[in-house]
Amino acid sequence: MADQYDLIVLGSGPGGYVSAIRASQLGMKVAIVERERLGGICLNWGCIPTKALLRTSEVYHYMTHAADYGLKADNIGFDLGKIVDRSRKVAGQLNAGVKGLMKKHKIAVHEGVGKLTGKGKLTVTQGDKTTELTATHIMIATGARARDLPFAKADGKRIWTYRHAMVPEVMPTKLLVIGSGAIGIEFASFYNDMGADVTVVEMLPRILPVEDEEVSAFMEKRLTKEGIRIVTGAGVEKIDTSASGVKATIKGKDGKSTAEDYSHVIVAIGIVPNTENIGLEELGVATERGQIKVDGYGRTNVEGVYAIGDVTGAPWLAHKASHEGIVCVEAIAGEKPHPFETWNIPGCTYSRPQVASVGLTEAKAKEAGHDVKVGKFPFIGNGKAIALGEADGFVKTVFDAKTGELLGAHMVGAEVTELIQGYVIARQLETTEAELQETVFAHPTLSEMMHESVLAAYDRPIHI
Amino acid sequence: MPIEIKMPALSPTMEEGTLAKWLVKEGDTVKSGDIMAEIETDKATMEFEAVDEGTIAKITVPEGTDGVKVGAVIALLNGDGEEAGESTPEPAAKESEPRPSPEDPNKTGSEAKPAPENVEDHGKPADTEAARSDAAAPAPTAQHDGDRVKASPLARRIAADKGLDLSQLTGSGPNGRIVKADVEQAKPGAALAPKAEAAQAAAAPASAAPSPAPAAAAAQLPDVPHETTKLSNMRKTIARRLTESKQQVPHIYLTVDVRLDKLLALRGDLNASLSARGVKLSVNDLMIKALAAALIQVPKCNVMFTPNELVSFKRADISVAVSTPEGLITPVITEADTASLSSISTRMKDLAARARDKKLKPEEFTGGTASISNMGMFGIKQFEAVINPPQGMILAVGAGEKRPWVMEDGTLGVATIMSATGSFDHRAIDGADGAELMQAFKTLVENPLGMLA
Repeated sequence: MADQYDLIVLGSGPGGYVSAIRASQLGMKVAIVERERLGGICLNWGCIPTKALLRTSEVYHYMTHAADYGLKADNIGFDLGKIVDRSRKVAGQLNAGVKGLMKKHKIAVHEGVGKLTGKGKLTVTQGDKTTELTATHIMIATGARARDLPFAKADGKRIWTYRHAMVPEVMPTKLLVIGSGAIGIEFASFYNDMGADVTVVEMLPRILPVEDEEVSAFMEKRLTKEGIRIVTGAGVEKIDTSASGVKATIKGKDGKSTAEDYSHVIVAIGIVPNTENIGLEELGVATERGQIKVDGYGRTNVEGVYAIGDVTGAPWLAHKASHEGIVCVEAIAGEKPHPFETWNIPGCTYSRPQVASVGLTEAKAKEAGHDVKVGKFPFIGNGKAIALGEADGFVKTVFDAKTGELLGAHMVGAEVTELIQGYVIARQLETTEAELQETVFAHPTLSEMMHESVLAAYDRPIHI
Repeated sequence: MPIEIKMPALSPTMEEGTLAKWLVKEGDTVKSGDIMAEIETDKATMEFEAVDEGTIAKITVPEGTDGVKVGAVIALLNGDGEEAGESTPEPAAKESEPRPSPEDPNKTGSEAKPAPENVEDHGKPADTEAARSDAAAPAPTAQHDGDRVKASPLARRIAADKGLDLSQLTGSGPNGRIVKADVEQAKPGAALAPKAEAAQAAAAPASAAPSPAPAAAAAQLPDVPHETTKLSNMRKTIARRLTESKQQVPHIYLTVDVRLDKLLALRGDLNASLSARGVKLSVNDLMIKALAAALIQVPKCNVMFTPNELVSFKRADISVAVSTPEGLITPVITEADTASLSSISTRMKDLAARARDKKLKPEEFTGGTASISNMGMFGIKQFEAVINPPQGMILAVGAGEKRPWVMEDGTLGVATIMSATGSFDHRAIDGADGAELMQAFKTLVENPLGMLA
C-alpha cells in the first residue's frame, strides 16, 4: 500500500524544502524526496559553504593587511584542511537544521532517487529498495548542476566545478577560472585572496555580464588591482591535462590563440537543469532546452505536476526558487497568491568587493524605453566606509524620470549584499524617489549612500 | 505668528468647496469685512470675508482648486506689525504632520493644478494633494479618516499623471492595495467614471447601487463623437441627492385635476390693483400659496422623516425649484402660509434672479418644509417630481390648459384645467393623508378666496 500525500516535493533544496514547509503550514500532508542531503546544493554545496570560505579569505585579507588598521601580525598563515572543515561544518549545521524543520512540520522525508511513474505516482529508489508514493500534487524541485565544457569534463583533480572548488585538498598555485558570473568571480576572489595566481576568462566583453555596465567596469578594474588577471571577449578552446597541471588554449579578442599552463581550472560557465531520468518524458511534461515549462503558478502542462526553481529557468537563485515554490503551493492550496514574477529579485555576488543589484540596469532601462534619471554615489563620500577602510565602491540608482519609479539599483563595495534589500523593499512597495528622499538614514552607516544615490539622481546629493 | 485662514463652512452641509477666485494677493493688507475670495460650494458661489486684520503672508491654495476640505488652511495672514517674510516657515515648523517635500514636482505651488474633480466623495488623497500644494501648507486634518484609498506612491503618481481616480480602481496588492499594475491597466476612462455613475443614476435610479460605479462603466461610453464636461459641484450634489432620494425614499404619487378659472380671474383682479405697486402675481406664486395653505390644513403632510423621529412643522416654508444654467436649485419662500401674495411674488422674483447668478446665500436655499416644481410654462401636462430630501413631499404642477370639462350642472363645457401631482415620502405620509392634502390643494385653488384669508 503506497503512502498517500497531498503533495510530494521532489528535491529538498531551498525551493523544495521551503515549499514543503509552506504546504504543511497550509494543512497539506507533505513528503519530500532527496537523493543526497537535505537542503540541496544551496546549503550543502553552494550558497552557504562558499560564504564560509569567503569569510575565511576576507579575514585572511584583513590579517595580511593588519598594518592598515594599526595592528601588528607576524607569521600569518592558514591550514587549508581546517578552512574546508569549517565550511563543511557550517553546511552540516544547516543540513541538520533542515532535518529539524522537516520534523517540526511533520514532513515525511524519503531518501533516495525519485521518479515520476504516472499521474500522482512517484517511486523512491535507494539501493535495492523501491518505495511507491502517491500524491494529488507533485512538485519538481530538482535544481541544476554545473555545465561541463564539451571538450574537457570536470575530473575533480585538475578540472573542477564549484563542487570540487569548495573542498580543495591542495591550494591551486595558478588557477584559471572559466566564466565570470557570480560563481566564477566568487571563487576567483577567494583563491586570489588566499594567494593563488588567478586568471578569469569571460567570453562576453565584460565580467559579471548581467550586472550594470558600470559595475562590470568597476569590478574589472578593482579585481585587476587585487591581482587577478581578467581576459574578456576570450574563449577557452582546449584543455590538455597532465599529471602536473593543465595547458589551456585561450582564443583572445584579437583572434589569436595562446596556450598557458595552470595548476587547476574551475569551470563556471553556467548550469544545466536536472530534468533527466525523473519520468518527465513518460508523463509528457513539456520542456524547452532542458527547462520545464510552467505558468506563473508553477503549473506544468500536466495536471498535478508542478515545477519550481532552477529547473524552470533563470534567475538561478535560491531565493527565486523559494519564492516560486511558495507561490506554487499557495495556489495549490486555493490561496490567491500573485503569479510569480522576476522583476524584483535581487542578485548578490560575495566577492571582495561585493556586488548587489536589483531591477533594470541603466542600459536595460533605456532599452525598455524609459527616460531615466541616474544617481551615483561613491564610497569615498561616506564616513562609515572610510572608517571601515573600505572607501572603494559606489551605489547607483536608476529612476524613471516621469514616474519616479526606482527601476534598478546597482551597488559594488563592502557589505552591499546586506544593503540591497532596502531597495528591494522600496521597489516592492512601489515607493518613488520622493519617499526615499524623505526617509531618514542612520548615521554613520553605509546605508547613507543609498540615500545619497537617490538624492544624486535628482541633482541634490549632500556629500559630493 | 501668522493667523491661519481656513476654508470656511459656508453652509451647514458644506464639506468641501472650490476656491474659485482669490480677490487678494500675497502682500495685500486686509481688514475685517474685506472680501478675500470667492468660494464655490455645492450650491452657490460665496464671497469669503476677512475676519482678522493683517497682511496676506501666503496663499497656500491657489485659485481654481477643487475639493478643498472645510478647515484646510488656504492662506496665512500676518497680524499687525509682522513681516510677511517671517511667517512662511512657521506653520510648517509647528505642524506635526510631515512636511511635503518641496522637490516633489506634483506638489510645487507653481504646478499645482486643481485637484481631480472626482474628489467629492472619495477623494481624500487628492484633497491632500490640493492642500499640500505648497511646501508651507500644513496638511489638512481630514486625511486620517477611514475610507482612505490604499495605493502605492508610484500608483498614486501615475494615476495623477493619467488623471485617474484611485477610488474607482480595484487594488490587486496585499489588502486591496492599488499598485502600479492596477493603474497601468486602468482605462483612461476611469477618470470619467463619476460622470457615468451620475448618468446611470439619473437613467435608472432604482437599479443603481449606491457605491461608486466600477471603472468599467466608463468603458461603456459609446464610440460616438462627444465632448465631456467637468461636473460642477452643483451637478454632483444634484446627482447625489436625487439618487439618494429615489433609492432611499419610497415615493407615492397622487394626481388631481384642478380647475383654474376662478384662480385666473382672481389673479387678473389682483394684478390690476397691484400694478400700482409694481407687483405682478404669477400663477406659480398662487400655487406656492395654495400649497402652503394646504400643508397647514393637513399638517400630517408638512413633515420630515428622520431615522428615529417624525418631525411635524408648524409653518410652511416652500422650496421652489428654479432652473439655472448650472442646474436645479430650490430657493425657499419662508412662511408662505402666512405671507401675503405680494410678498411671495416679490421675494420669488428676487430669489430666482439671484439663483441664476449663483448669488444665493445658503440659508436662502436650505430648510424648506416641502417643495413645488412647476413645468407648466413648458406645456408639460403632468409629471412626477423627485422628493427633495429630507422633505416629505413635493408638488409637481403641470400646465393650465383648456380641456373639455363636466361642469357643475352636469353639462359638458370647456374649462382651464391643471394637473398637479404630489410625490410623498410614504415612510412619513400615508396615502390617505397625501390624498387629503391634494384635495385641500384642489379646493383652495378652485376657491381661491380661501387662501387670501
